[in-house]
Amino acid sequence: MTTLFQQLINGLSLGSIYALLALGYTMVYGIIKLINFAHGDIYMLGAFWGYYTINFWHFNFIFALLSAMVVCAAAGVIIEYFAYRPLRHAPRITALITAIGVSYFLENGMSYLYGADTRDFPQVIKQVNYNLWGVRVSNIQILILVTACLLMVMLQLIIKKTKMGRAMRAVSVDPDAAELVGININRTISFTFALGSSMAGAAGVLIGLYYNSIDPLMGMTPGIKAFVAAVVGGIGSVPGASLGGFLIGLLETAVQSVGLSAYKDAAVYLVLIIILLVLPAGIFGKNVKEKV
Amino acid sequence: MTTLLNVENLVKNFGGLTAVSDVDMHLNDDELVALIGPNGAGKTTLFNLLTGVIVPSSGSITFRGTDGVIPLNGMKTYKIANLGMGRTFQNIRLFKELTVLDNVLIAMTAHYKENFIQSVFRFPKFYRTEAQIRKEAIELLKIFDLQDDVDKLAKNLPYGIQRRLEIVRSLAMKPKILFLDEPAAGMNPEETADLTRLIRQVQRDFHITVLLIEHDMSLVMNLASRIYVLDHGSLLAEGTPTEIQQNDAVIKAYLGEEA
Amino acid sequence: MKANLKYNICWLILMVAGFYLMNALILVGVIDSFLENMVVTIGINIILAVGLNLVIGFAGQFSLGHAGFMAVGAYATAIIISKTPTAGAFYASIIVGVVVAIIAALIVGIPTLRLRGDYLAIATMGAAEIIRIIINNLKITNGPSGMFNIPQFATWPVVYTMVCITTIIIVNFIHSRGGRAALAVREDEIAAESMGINIFKWKLAAFVLGAATAAVAGSMQASYLQTIAPNNFNIMESIAILIIVVLGGVGSITGSFVAATILGVVDAALQSFGALRMVIYALVLILIMIFKPSGIMGSRELSFKRLFSRKNKKVGAKS
Repeated sequence: MTTLFQQLINGLSLGSIYALLALGYTMVYGIIKLINFAHGDIYMLGAFWGYYTINFWHFNFIFALLSAMVVCAAAGVIIEYFAYRPLRHAPRITALITAIGVSYFLENGMSYLYGADTRDFPQVIKQVNYNLWGVRVSNIQILILVTACLLMVMLQLIIKKTKMGRAMRAVSVDPDAAELVGININRTISFTFALGSSMAGAAGVLIGLYYNSIDPLMGMTPGIKAFVAAVVGGIGSVPGASLGGFLIGLLETAVQSVGLSAYKDAAVYLVLIIILLVLPAGIFGKNVKEKV
Repeated sequence: MTTLLNVENLVKNFGGLTAVSDVDMHLNDDELVALIGPNGAGKTTLFNLLTGVIVPSSGSITFRGTDGVIPLNGMKTYKIANLGMGRTFQNIRLFKELTVLDNVLIAMTAHYKENFIQSVFRFPKFYRTEAQIRKEAIELLKIFDLQDDVDKLAKNLPYGIQRRLEIVRSLAMKPKILFLDEPAAGMNPEETADLTRLIRQVQRDFHITVLLIEHDMSLVMNLASRIYVLDHGSLLAEGTPTEIQQNDAVIKAYLGEEA
Repeated sequence: MKANLKYNICWLILMVAGFYLMNALILVGVIDSFLENMVVTIGINIILAVGLNLVIGFAGQFSLGHAGFMAVGAYATAIIISKTPTAGAFYASIIVGVVVAIIAALIVGIPTLRLRGDYLAIATMGAAEIIRIIINNLKITNGPSGMFNIPQFATWPVVYTMVCITTIIIVNFIHSRGGRAALAVREDEIAAESMGINIFKWKLAAFVLGAATAAVAGSMQASYLQTIAPNNFNIMESIAILIIVVLGGVGSITGSFVAATILGVVDAALQSFGALRMVIYALVLILIMIFKPSGIMGSRELSFKRLFSRKNKKVGAKS
């Protein structure tokens, strides 16, 4: 029983990182139907920003987190402006390849500038372990969970309650109609990228704190897993992305805890395929039938 | 005269909405029947049910094929098509990026065989089959005056010609029944007159049964030997053009209560 | 019939000429072992890209799992010829790889080809990863460290011949009954079904044929490079093949040839740039996509038929 709870805590911590990343995928996909392959690398940028500001400018955790979110938001907007905006009316597969190009650019650019080796993330918050009824919980795990949940609630509020959020929803349903009623499409898309990228930036700092190590290629695998999480949840759906992230995190930890860690990625993909076969548009996705 | 297609108590619900309710109809050999009704009456839904694009909630559809009467409920679209049911679409669905000839050849897929090895390694047999079906396709295109457009992409044809090509494409399936969904939509009177002639010619020369959805009453009254009127998903009337023109219920549905 | 023969002879001449050109350049010493390696890599990438183009560009099914099927072929060859290093075993191993890849493609394709667009892409990507992870954990494949000292039977003439054979098979398939049906599926599934086409069958046919050729490419790679590891066949490899297809033009076989060649040459030319190489590569990729969104060739093809008819028209105009 205690091991079960232990795995639950571990799974939720990992899952909240995936969820934060999945949100960016799902929002961007929802609004311009692009699999933003470079999203995982934004998360890497966030982690590196945290690393430098804490090490050299002696930022505290909150400040590092918030500044990473701002910097990543800016990076997301810039990438959208230069790489994706010119391709808005191009075939979707072209935009996808461009996104892959951006991903390569960020990964290799960072390796070129700062070296490809792994480095230790500064322990800006000292790890303290609590023992709750035999379950070991660290303050960092709690911090990750709380921060992630807080950010998700904030995001949900922005999307549901603000004018910009309403514009985002309108553009994702029908960009042409949204433009007709006076919504500025470019600004809305930029805002979406900013929002999604800031979540990735936060996830980057949190993962640095949790795993202690960062490198320029760290965004690749979690990026793909987070995309899988977004698809499982129903791509385009914000609650779906959160749920999908937690689900993938829990699943991975569960497979690992029964001693099959070599197969943990395989399990994730298998679950992905099964879910898609049962629900072709993910858990919260709407299956749109073509009208004849 | 024998019944080709028989529909009994056909119902289709979408969630709580009944799009088609309790429809009975039949199509005989070699006749031209029209299906009319106000917008949203369920005409296209009925078409989609008959051609298997959507599955009925209840009721039966049977088809008298070469080997007996076959129930069509729940049968896959392509199988229904291969029994001898060709169709066109309200919002033209040609293979836009392909040539006129390819559009027609694709519709003939079920009517010839090509062995994988023979086609991949270009055996003489492959060239013979290809030459044969190309000849057939071009002959068909000639009948409809499309022989000069053979190598054009479907998307580059003018609207009226696209409609015509869609009819030719469905004829290439060698259908027993042809379903035409608003073939005159978006056409000017001249083009409509042309189309009327074309449909009559098709029906006469190919000896097929035609079921036609159309809003253009002159076309319907000119062509159809029988008319079904659909309103709010159920059958309002059935009869010859003269009977329909004098039917009170039909007039009411079209013109409103005061009429 | 005669006209067809003329075009076929033209293609045959082109293939033979290419072979002797390559041969001559090696004899003269223009092509050294570095360039030969480049040419063979280009050849293997052509096989992969042409197969994936069939699936994506012609049947319209967005598959991101090509590397998985490539892995199947590579390991079939590696395992078999490491045990029995004979030329006969090598050719048999290609067939074994193809057969296993076809079975794998059926297992993957039958459930997933019902999915659409990006959902299909992500499901096939997952399936390919599962294949890789299984290979990663098997004893017979030597796990994550991969296999070394695989005997080299795949010399450049063998790879050249395989490029020709797989391309002929795929191009001829496209221009036959099955290929036209696949094109109809790409254009409009509902219309295709209403024309009596079993859309699922033709999607699967294209997918399986693509997988079979990917296995051939895998066999070539294993026996030419003589060393393989599961990581050579990860998502990044599938994406690398996708890049060739899109860069050349989705739906243009000629484009796949051109893009594979350009990328191969660029890659070789950038070898001396070290770490900067991938940065430049990424920038070039982004710029080409922005300025040429439908790829280098769009959906155009090299066609002797068209070349001849153009020439005839010119002659006609003069006379």
